[in-house]
Amino acid sequence: MTTIEWGQLALYTAVLLLAAKPLGSYMATVYEGRRTWLHPIVRPLEAVTYRLSGVHEESEQDWRRYLFAVLAFNLLGFLMLYLILRTQGSLPLNPQHFPAVKPSLAFNTAVSFVTNTNWQSYGGETTLSYFSQMVGLTFQNFVSAAVGMAILVAVIRGLARHSAHTLGNFWVDLTRSVLYILLPLSLLVAIFLVSQGVIQNFAAYKQVATLEGPTQVLGMGPAAAQLAIKQLGTNGGGFFNANSAHPFENPTAWSNLVEMLAILLIPVASVYMYGRMVGSTKHGWVLVGAMTALMLLGAVIVGYAEQTGNPNLEAVGVTQVAGNGQLGGNMEGKEQRFGIGNSTIWAVTTTDASNGSVNSMHDSYTALGGLMPLANIATSEVIFGGVGSGMYGAVLYILLTVFIAGLMVGRTPEYLGKKVEAREMKSAMVALLIFPLLILGWSAIGVAQSFGTDALNNAGPHGLSEILYAFSSGAANNGSAFAGLGANTTFYNLGIGINILVGRFIFIVAVMVIAGTMVEKRRVPASLGTFPVDGVTFGGLFAGVILIVGLLTFFPAFALGPIVEHLMRSGTLF
Amino acid sequence: MTAKALTQELRPLLGITVTMLLLTTAVYPLAVTGVAQTLFHRQANGSIVEVNGSPVGSTLIGQMFEGDQYFHGRPSAAGDGYDASASGGSNLGPTSQKLIDRVTEDAAAFRQSNSLEAHATLPSDAVTASGSGLDPHVSPATARLQVERVAHARRVTEDQVRELVDEFTEGRQLVLIGEPRVNVLKLNIALDERFPLP
Repeated sequence: MTTIEWGQLALYTAVLLLAAKPLGSYMATVYEGRRTWLHPIVRPLEAVTYRLSGVHEESEQDWRRYLFAVLAFNLLGFLMLYLILRTQGSLPLNPQHFPAVKPSLAFNTAVSFVTNTNWQSYGGETTLSYFSQMVGLTFQNFVSAAVGMAILVAVIRGLARHSAHTLGNFWVDLTRSVLYILLPLSLLVAIFLVSQGVIQNFAAYKQVATLEGPTQVLGMGPAAAQLAIKQLGTNGGGFFNANSAHPFENPTAWSNLVEMLAILLIPVASVYMYGRMVGSTKHGWVLVGAMTALMLLGAVIVGYAEQTGNPNLEAVGVTQVAGNGQLGGNMEGKEQRFGIGNSTIWAVTTTDASNGSVNSMHDSYTALGGLMPLANIATSEVIFGGVGSGMYGAVLYILLTVFIAGLMVGRTPEYLGKKVEAREMKSAMVALLIFPLLILGWSAIGVAQSFGTDALNNAGPHGLSEILYAFSSGAANNGSAFAGLGANTTFYNLGIGINILVGRFIFIVAVMVIAGTMVEKRRVPASLGTFPVDGVTFGGLFAGVILIVGLLTFFPAFALGPIVEHLMRSGTLF
Repeated sequence: MTAKALTQELRPLLGITVTMLLLTTAVYPLAVTGVAQTLFHRQANGSIVEVNGSPVGSTLIGQMFEGDQYFHGRPSAAGDGYDASASGGSNLGPTSQKLIDRVTEDAAAFRQSNSLEAHATLPSDAVTASGSGLDPHVSPATARLQVERVAHARRVTEDQVRELVDEFTEGRQLVLIGEPRVNVLKLNIALDERFPLP
């Protein structure tokens, strides 16, 4: 990594951490129903929403009813989006006259956006009308993020309360997430993005005669509004095929910085908020610290790998060393305005979070550079992770950590003053074990059958990486891809679709079950045998559990894919 | 949970869905559009650049240049090259035979058209395809290697063209933000203005 690249990483991390406390405190205030500075504008809207919907703010739901509301809301959302995609040909705002999306793709896309995954088997500018993008997708971009945040808040209440039954009201948590957090932030980010050159219009595609003569067709559309929430809500589904590498989605270094901060802004603040709402900001900071360390580890490895570059390019006379007005390194799939540094920070953060937007093409990364995004996803995205979903997923790893610590000292593990018992551990382990099964199971079928390998864009070990990445991205609801894989086939649409659904809802059910039992437990006073969760020891152990439990499962597969590709990186071509 | 409890959730389900739908997909995007079209009219509509009154492209979107009289952009994997309605990268991995073949070929062509030595080392952006296939920039080094060719085609001195390249080289902002780059379309428009073809 060059000095500039270290500086870019430091700047990014510093801004992110500085925002954690103010935003996290604000979010806690919102969910506790106390007054914020946005109240004069937003509170009337909120009140009207409840009145129209017959929601009683003070009436709370137990875990079963909360979960039922979540599932019903997602089912309705899925049906609406599927219907819009299937009928876009006869809906308004379709200046390019795109026909209806075919059933398997509509199913895959609807599942993908309702679960905050945004895996895209299509290219936006060649498939979807402005109505499908603005109404169909943008709605789910907002509410799928809000659902994640609501569930996190319910889980927090389950841990923070004792001898109680209810976890809050889903409709209230959902509405507050959208009105007080996602909408105001999106407005700011969207308008900033337009100022940098992101388009926001309803015009038909523009035809221009280029300077040398041939015609160029420029895709148009209401991109900025959708992109703001795509980044902030860890959605990641691009308006254009090239996602945030496309100059109309991400035109300048400034737009890039803001979009990149937006990826982790709410996830980092959510971890701080978690600590605060469970009654220990110190615990929150320890989690932030452990996750930041893992993020930086990934960023340094990818930054080093990409700047060191590809020996096969060097062999044909392409310099890989930065200097004399050029960047060196592996520039295949990367944009000049972002360079190596801001491409690699993005690649790492978008896979730490369940964002999945890209500003460079991961498929063209070096073996090690591509391994880290894959490994990030394979931790089931708890290094800050998705909006809401990252922190509630991390709760499973926290329970595992205190459980392992409890085994070491031979006591019943405790967390936040409550005993962690069989039912909680079983729920956590079911989710954490089904997750690798989804990825490795489907990948095994994919590499063994021609319907799996026919879709490959790259041969050799890189091909295995493409398949592993696709099923991981689905199961962890990331949505980024080693995009060379031709995944718009029945096998991949089905397999990835199933991974998306099971991956999303197995975690949701697991954490809601845990919240439901934890909320009823009595407090036990802390004793000498209690493992403190607000110290460095816990932070280290927590990071260790993520690395060992999360990643060791995948090590044999990684060894045959990116790791062997790394060892053969010089001279062997496929 | 009783059936009664479940039906109680029906009205919130529909009510919240409808209100959130209105706010996030009508009020919000229209508000953004309103502000965008008022305050940032040019940007919101694609940063279109005109020459002699007719649009020739967007300053943000790269386009194909093949003639000797123009600076060339990076190789592009979007459609047949700089197809702005089909953005994308090559998605070829580092050990791909196809990638190395393509780079070898592009490198030979780049060296030949710019009269470089047969084994001259090239900047990494000059022969790699960008992620979008629409990258409007090249590195300053890649632009400088093309100066001689362009100056020759336009019958002006290399220094004149080199000065123009320097003028159109954008640096990092605040030391860290972005990377040094040259916007190929802007540079070529300026070339046509200052040094019209003989």
